[in-house]
Amino acid sequence: MRHVYFATFFLAVLTVSVLGFRGTRSTRPPIELFPDMDHQAHLKPQAGSTFFDDGRADRPIPPGTVAASAPLDDDDGLYHGMDADGTPLKAFPATVTVDAKLLARGQNRFTIYCAPCHGALGDGQGITKQYGMTTTPSYFDPRRVKLTVGELFGTITNGSPKTPEGKQNMLPYADKLSVEDRWAVVAYVRALQRTQVGTLNDVTDAAQKEALLKSK
Amino acid sequence: MSKLFPKSANRLPLQLVLYLFVLGGIASAGINYYATNKWANVGYAPVQPVPYSHQLHAGQLGIDCRYCHSNVEKSGFANLPTAQTCMNCHSLVKADSPLLAVVRESYATGAPVPWVQIHMTPDYVYFNHSVHVTRGVSCVECHGAIDTMDVVAQAKPLTMSFCLDCHRAPEEHLRDLTKPEQAVTKLGWVHPGGEAGQHDQGVKLVQDLKIMPPQSCSGCHR
Repeated sequence: MRHVYFATFFLAVLTVSVLGFRGTRSTRPPIELFPDMDHQAHLKPQAGSTFFDDGRADRPIPPGTVAASAPLDDDDGLYHGMDADGTPLKAFPATVTVDAKLLARGQNRFTIYCAPCHGALGDGQGITKQYGMTTTPSYFDPRRVKLTVGELFGTITNGSPKTPEGKQNMLPYADKLSVEDRWAVVAYVRALQRTQVGTLNDVTDAAQKEALLKSK
Repeated sequence: MSKLFPKSANRLPLQLVLYLFVLGGIASAGINYYATNKWANVGYAPVQPVPYSHQLHAGQLGIDCRYCHSNVEKSGFANLPTAQTCMNCHSLVKADSPLLAVVRESYATGAPVPWVQIHMTPDYVYFNHSVHVTRGVSCVECHGAIDTMDVVAQAKPLTMSFCLDCHRAPEEHLRDLTKPEQAVTKLGWVHPGGEAGQHDQGVKLVQDLKIMPPQSCSGCHR
């Protein structure tokens, strides 16, 4: 009987040494003890497919497709930041209300998508500058302060203007920021610019202006 | 007449029964330990086509998870970034790195980068990322401290009991999204009041936001 116990103990040690402990790192796909219906015959987002020639389950959208859920972009101001004749807007489109809520949303989106390069202050000193992204400009230089909201919106939507070599330093962010979010970011960028280039005349609230004058 | 069985054979039935109990115990302990995602899935760290380091990008650089996984608040599926997302920086930073050749090719041709999926739920499970992150469940709850992982490995078992533990006691995990420091993508955040503080905040959030995580079968198996 003793031998049986020895054999059992040996088998147990063997099992543990082969299977290892929990949480051990492994590059091999996990073992599925009960595959059941884990993998069903349907296409999943961003997954592969053997059916289509290019091996993708996601189908590229044919040109000219309009999403049923998306609004028709017949409002040039809201969707393109331009007048009907193609000049960039100088003021926010009528459907965008600039209020604290919009600015909060703008700050939230700005922190995620813009701050890595442009910096939390908009001074162009984002973290990527230390890693070789040297071309990021400051929002406070006079040329960029003069940009209209329509031009800012256009830059977010389509990326920065091409350099003489035909390269864009900033690529489009239209896939990451919805139209409404882009206007929110534009509003927040304007607010950031005011922090550096704003003057006393920008303060519209009389009491606040008085307080500022006193503090001087 | 010689004896057919030695005297020790009298004890044999009892010894056999005893042994079966021991064997049963070892077998149950083994199955309990190994026949679960805690062993099979946790620690899975496949080799990716690009040696992208979350520890560098999300940890050291502090880039928000949503910069790349940009649809996670809107979609049930947390998308992988497009090649253009990488090129936003890498057209200027390390633009000629051979490690990024796959990304540059993908950006030029539109062919996808063959990333290997790590965290998987079975196809009979419905899981929606957006409903979780927009109600204050942090990425870290299911994915672990990704921002400290040079190579991402599965950190949590993602079993049904793992899901239910949280669905039965959401207050232990919920964050207050009105406070920027508690954003779901701040993976290292813990409630300054400790477990008690988290519990009190969570109970309030569950009431205010009417959070009722489904515990019925059809909540997830639809």
